[in-house]
Amino acid sequence: MSTIAVTPGAPRTGWRQLLGFNMLTGIILGIGGWFIGYSAIGPHIHGVGVAYYATESGQNDIGIMLGYFLGVVGFLVGLGFANYPVQRMLGAAPSLAEKESEEQGLFRYFSLSTDHKVVGKQYMIGIGLFFFVAGLNAMLIRTELLQPNVHVFGANQYLTLVGLHGAMMMGVMTSGILGPFANWLLPIMIGSRRMAFPRIESFTFWLLMAGSVILLTTIFFGGFQTGWTGYQPLGDQGTAGYDAYIGFFACVGIAMTLFGFNIIATIVTMRAPGMTWSRLPIFAWGSFATATLMLLAAPMLIAALLMATMDRTVQTAFYVPGQGGSSYLFENLFWFFGHPEVYILALPGFGVVMELIVVFARKPLWGYRLGIAGMLGVAFLSFFVWQHHLFVSGMNADLRPFYMLSTELISVPTGFVFLCVMGTLWRGRIRFTVPMLFCLAWVFNFLWGGISGVFLSDVPSDVTTHGSFFVMAHFHYTIMGGLVFAFFAAIYYWVPKMYGFNLNERLGKIHFWVMFISFNSTFAPLFALGLLGMPRRVVTYATNLQGLNDWVSVSAYVLGASMLVFLFNVVWSLGFKREPAPVNPWHSKSIEWQLPTPVPVHDFDRFPVFDPDPYPYGVEQVPAGAPATAPAGGAAA
Amino acid sequence: MDDKPHFRNIALLWLLASVIVTPIIVFVVGPGLPPGTGTVEAAGQVTDNTVLLALATPVALGVLVYMLYAMWAFRERTPEVIVDGPPIRGNASIQFWWLAVTTTMVLFLAGYGTVRLLADGSGGGQGPNPISVPKPPAGTRVLPVQVIAQQWQFTYRFPTYGGVETRTLDLPEHTLIQFNVTSLDVIHSFWAYQLGVKADANPGVNNVAYVTTKGPLNFEVRCAELCGVWHGYMFNSGTVVSRAQFASWITQQRVQYAPATGNLGPYSKTYFPQPLRRGG
Repeated sequence: MSTIAVTPGAPRTGWRQLLGFNMLTGIILGIGGWFIGYSAIGPHIHGVGVAYYATESGQNDIGIMLGYFLGVVGFLVGLGFANYPVQRMLGAAPSLAEKESEEQGLFRYFSLSTDHKVVGKQYMIGIGLFFFVAGLNAMLIRTELLQPNVHVFGANQYLTLVGLHGAMMMGVMTSGILGPFANWLLPIMIGSRRMAFPRIESFTFWLLMAGSVILLTTIFFGGFQTGWTGYQPLGDQGTAGYDAYIGFFACVGIAMTLFGFNIIATIVTMRAPGMTWSRLPIFAWGSFATATLMLLAAPMLIAALLMATMDRTVQTAFYVPGQGGSSYLFENLFWFFGHPEVYILALPGFGVVMELIVVFARKPLWGYRLGIAGMLGVAFLSFFVWQHHLFVSGMNADLRPFYMLSTELISVPTGFVFLCVMGTLWRGRIRFTVPMLFCLAWVFNFLWGGISGVFLSDVPSDVTTHGSFFVMAHFHYTIMGGLVFAFFAAIYYWVPKMYGFNLNERLGKIHFWVMFISFNSTFAPLFALGLLGMPRRVVTYATNLQGLNDWVSVSAYVLGASMLVFLFNVVWSLGFKREPAPVNPWHSKSIEWQLPTPVPVHDFDRFPVFDPDPYPYGVEQVPAGAPATAPAGGAAA
Repeated sequence: MDDKPHFRNIALLWLLASVIVTPIIVFVVGPGLPPGTGTVEAAGQVTDNTVLLALATPVALGVLVYMLYAMWAFRERTPEVIVDGPPIRGNASIQFWWLAVTTTMVLFLAGYGTVRLLADGSGGGQGPNPISVPKPPAGTRVLPVQVIAQQWQFTYRFPTYGGVETRTLDLPEHTLIQFNVTSLDVIHSFWAYQLGVKADANPGVNNVAYVTTKGPLNFEVRCAELCGVWHGYMFNSGTVVSRAQFASWITQQRVQYAPATGNLGPYSKTYFPQPLRRGG
């Protein structure tokens, strides 16, 4: 298992690092690759492939797809991803270290780095950036919906905004929690010095960023009208903007598959001696469950998009009805990926909430094995529910009771997680810190998300709610209320260790309360709008629904403003009132808090020794520095 | 550690809340639930929604009461001192009963939903080979209506009335309607809100949904699946009228559209227009 780390030659420092392989060369080669594909090669093969729907539009989908492909390749080569394979082929010795020296300073963050902590921070900033862009899109969507029939944006622009918001949130935020926190934390939690495949770790990040930029280029190609689901044959009709959608999700799909693979390999093979499966922190279990979904579901997306690409470029007809294709094929392939996908978004939140609630209730996790069973159960069942997205699509009518049952069964393992959280609070010593507030809010939000899910899983009830704003309310409660609240809990909790400064608590509480209240005020009325008959993704709506829509829009602006409070908090705590974080501000007993701040490049000087108990609250002395001692345990409830 | 009877307190609070709130939800909110009782299937959906609400309310209240109680009763009263709680790691019997109760509820819900669904199809699209065909009201026959969706409008074709294709939809009261939903281009979804009908329109596929009308009713039709730029404008409305009114309406439509009907292709379950494209 051991790898030989060859000491690299003295790394360049200062401005001379600009000369090596970094983001700058990546961008230059990426743009070069685009022009080679789009302008140099593309025009010469135009006419060989003619998409069914693009015959007369004159767009050259082959050139565009080639441009995206070579652009991504150029970007990655420019970042230096080809260096190591080439060096190895030329006979160089194996090595794992690249850009790991702290002397290289900030430059490490703009290049291929094999330090898992650098990649974690890269993810944090990269994902944060696109999270804010996608959030801004949501503000624009709500602006359009302020009035039923007056248009700030045209119908096409509106649908492009809807698609960008959906695709970016669903695509980029798949790594919302795992990207920053699994990369940064997982090796530390299991007593390893790196992920199993550090270059692949870095690769997934840069590929995700390349994909996200591709998605934004859709603006220059007429946008796409399909929403994040990209249904066919509507997609086949689309202008080149849909090619950007394909390019984006293909990058996301590949990044997700590799990321999942890396997490599984890391947890299976890189655990320190003594870190048995039953000692793994629950966040590691959450990452593991999520990673299995990523590894098994995302390839289906890549396949579906490859077929769409072929339809658009080389005249196949996978999704063209009347030519032997089927619109159901895309729906099924997409949702076979798409339903596990929503659990890829939700499960890391389960892990974060259970991990944090322990610290702030100051008790061991209640029902550790139950929590694991819950997350693995959700992961397993999520592969057997996808046709609930197609209940009224005209799918085989006999199958509907099965999917109704399997979908409702998911509430059983989800209930395990709720029970674990509730049990952990039982007779705890609850401290309402900012991360804890976000965790408790998660319970409330996910409760409504789960309950509304029961209505959608029941076919007779789903006939009304399907495809309406009710669905939108439901998945915003589970994903925004679940993932994003857990995301912020994790940020407030781990930033002191990752970045070495405390986020201001008062501003954090303001952020929390504004966000929690405006979140509910935004999405609860959407249930009503859906029940009153407002379909999703409409640019215009019945005039009697304007009052509710305006309420939602105003609440959404407040929700957006709460994000500005967070940004202000970051700027304030980082730039103006910088408080160096203590080593263990939360008095946590988890291993990452026992390391010095900042965590050294190689994490541990020697392999840590793990307690048989991952959460020894109430049984051991509290860590040094705490002002009082713990009680000597207590009787069971 | 305190020895207050927390468990009993929570149980009592939950029982009290459930006894008060559940009847309110069932009897006050329930009847107002969409999509109303204008058709047999729509009324069935209201019943279904009410049953789900009646079950979901105590569950949600249980979690809410517990959480609020726990946040109050188990809050740290001396935050300046770090004190750990008791190391309770689980309770086998609570875990067992939680599993038993949630599983039982889920199985009941799935069973109930299946029975309701298979009884009459609940107004949902059942694909080309429907398995739940309601019986028409005594002394009447089923009325087949083809819903043709295209970017960006719905039209309706009546095979039993000479294949006339109309732009609006009138339906006779107290009649079993068989909607045959299909599309000429991309996926749409035929959502007749007050009828309690939703069925996706797929190109090249006949998606069948049934509804049994009751008395006169105005209903709205909207497209519920994103179908391109003007998806938001793909709606119209229809009415359920008396049989006599329907007969005169359809006769008038046949006369009005007689020239167009002659140019239409023969009635078919699906259509493949050429070229297979329109502006997107």
